[in-house]
Amino acid sequence: MSRSQIRRQSGPTGLGSDDAGCTILHIDMDAFYASVELLTRPELVGTPVIVGGSGSRGVVLSATYEARALGVHSAMPMSRARRIAPDATVIEPQHHRYSEVSAGVMAIFNSVTPLVEPLSLDEAFLDVAGAVRRLGAPSRIGELIRARVHDEQGITCSVGVATTKFVAKLASTRAKPDGLLVVPGDEVIEFLHPLPVAALWGVGAKTEEVLVRLGLRTVGDIAHTSVETLRRALGNAAGTHLAELSWGRDPRSVTPDVGERSMGAEETFARDIDDPEVVLREFLRLSHKVAARLRSHGSVGRTVVIKVRMADFSTLTRSRTLPEPTDVAREIYDVAAELYDALGLQRVRIRLVGVRLEGLIQADGGERQLTFDVPGDAPATLDWRAAEQAADRLRARYGHSVVQPARLVDPGPGD
Amino acid sequence: MKFRIERDAFADAVTWVARTLPTRPSRPVLAGILIHTSTTGIALSSFDAETAAQVDVEATVTEEGRVLVPGRLLGDIARSLPAQPVEFAVEGSRVQVTCGRSSFTLPTLPVDEYPALPEMPSASGSIPGASFASAVSQVAIAAGRDDALPFLTGIRIEIDDTRVTLVATDRYRLAVREFNWVPATPGLDVQALAPAKTLADTAKSLASADTVNLGVSAVEPANLLGFEGNGRRTTARLLDAGFPDYRALLPKESISAAIINTAALIDSVKRVALVAERNTPLKMSFSSSEVVLRAGTGDEAQASEVLECTLDGPDIEIALNPHYLLDGLGVLDSASTRMSFTVPEKPVVITPATDDAPSFHYLLMPVRLAG
Repeated sequence: MSRSQIRRQSGPTGLGSDDAGCTILHIDMDAFYASVELLTRPELVGTPVIVGGSGSRGVVLSATYEARALGVHSAMPMSRARRIAPDATVIEPQHHRYSEVSAGVMAIFNSVTPLVEPLSLDEAFLDVAGAVRRLGAPSRIGELIRARVHDEQGITCSVGVATTKFVAKLASTRAKPDGLLVVPGDEVIEFLHPLPVAALWGVGAKTEEVLVRLGLRTVGDIAHTSVETLRRALGNAAGTHLAELSWGRDPRSVTPDVGERSMGAEETFARDIDDPEVVLREFLRLSHKVAARLRSHGSVGRTVVIKVRMADFSTLTRSRTLPEPTDVAREIYDVAAELYDALGLQRVRIRLVGVRLEGLIQADGGERQLTFDVPGDAPATLDWRAAEQAADRLRARYGHSVVQPARLVDPGPGD
Repeated sequence: MKFRIERDAFADAVTWVARTLPTRPSRPVLAGILIHTSTTGIALSSFDAETAAQVDVEATVTEEGRVLVPGRLLGDIARSLPAQPVEFAVEGSRVQVTCGRSSFTLPTLPVDEYPALPEMPSASGSIPGASFASAVSQVAIAAGRDDALPFLTGIRIEIDDTRVTLVATDRYRLAVREFNWVPATPGLDVQALAPAKTLADTAKSLASADTVNLGVSAVEPANLLGFEGNGRRTTARLLDAGFPDYRALLPKESISAAIINTAALIDSVKRVALVAERNTPLKMSFSSSEVVLRAGTGDEAQASEVLECTLDGPDIEIALNPHYLLDGLGVLDSASTRMSFTVPEKPVVITPATDDAPSFHYLLMPVRLAG
């Protein structure tokens, strides 16, 4: 059983309508990327459309419900999606469009309550406790947001209304597409217990396997298993966590994004690697990924941290603080490579590498300590920043692979 | 080996050589202080990869010899001995230090494994210890601390006959100090790059010497710098790296120049900088009779202060890192400061205003403001 199999059973406004105290909203755009694409391709409305990389190794990012009906789902390899939906229109993603629509949607959320916790471009938690007197009951607020998103952005979304974040998220999934579902406080158990264990937050394929082996298939099964048993099977933290969730207890509050203190990226190799060239290339790729994210957030960071996990899961981290904060991949990579070299690993098999920038501050729109042009010094930083910003613009327009460092260009099969 | 020595002379000598003991010795013997007897007394030495130090002290030697003792421990003991003459004697593989009623027994380290100290380069010239210490301290502040660019962690020494120039830069600021000295041989023309920290520490420790003799090893490429003063000798490994042509960085002329009371400026910069978070600049707006200092932005805390100044030339506004500015003002050694400007994105030149041909220049790159 997987989460995608939870389906709405009782219509868009199912279960109860007693929404007193249900101040947590989870709002999720329906087939977000596909819906945004349909705004500019109205002739495709009502037909199967798949958004994703069209290359041989591309994956599905999003699909219209017509395509989903044929079995297409996100993260599926494009080659397979094409096989099961041969008539579907495949569209290359245009990420800048999604960011624009996302910003519009988030602006609507923020006009309702300051307590907005975005999870990604197309979903967020809202705590509307403070808006009830102004705008009405939570379910009314949910409908209001749905109407505004549709009017202003032309796409639909689904809303889950509940007393906790995790139930709200389950409710919005159940309400999809284009629906709203309230799970009143006293019906949470009734709502949760029939759900498959995979519905619980934190249960992935591995945990699910463990639970099924114990004969636990539904949330109700977990709820009626002793915490001790769960802890023994899953470890102390995870066991306690699941026991709490199975009774609908989720103490997490909606925390607005206060700006991240660090930003990073990690990669687990498909198989363990002992070739320093491959490891360094991965550091280069991750440095570019992190730098691009920093630039898109308008942040710069001072401390570069690398993480190296060996095949035996032992993990090393090393860090170095730069004299000036940066958002330039080239600078981040130079430090990452140096830190990695300094580890002096010889023929050690590496499972995972990561690059993180800490000590983030606002980039302040170009305020920068100038330096002397010292001959023999590294090429001027400003040039690298300008080059990387130009690459950002190209990628926003033509897709991710249009420009990248030569070392990262995939030579392609047969090479 | 056996000798008797004055407590203070012993403590001073041990403390001085202990300074250069390596914190993490690459070989156990390098954690030791070597003591050997000489014709006039004893000599103490320490050695690590970068520097070696040796000091001669008068002592009454009754038995000659050579011994290696744990350095840190000997330093701690020497500093806390009572004010009585010290008796030092080697007994088998142990050392006995007796002073008044206290007595210490220390193990020794294998003296045969101790490396030979680098030979002291012959003197290239000399200068009073205090002058040398102040000159080095003026440029050392501008040296970089980031080992990634080794040449930025050094102080460039240029000797041209009677003229010596010291230069350091971390790319954000550049300090240049010139002074005269007495060359050992006329017409000397030498360039070297010394590790800034070692040079600064050594110069400071020789500040009380009437004369410091400075020598650069004659072997090409020069790789050793020697200092000698007050019976104390230090050698330091030179950095094997080039140095940028700093002369090209010195602005040929200025468009505006302001003269400000140094102490008042330091105080105001410190006050206003309280609201300047890390990496946010101090803005200085100069007009004919005053300079307005401002820091802080937008929603954050802000501060401003007005100071008297005389400006020669058009008004100018410039943004600087307040800490870099304070570093320069702190070593200026002049009651009034001259700040010379060209354009807001070129270096500000800070010099002692009391001097028409200043021997010290501190160049500071500004912060480019947003927009």
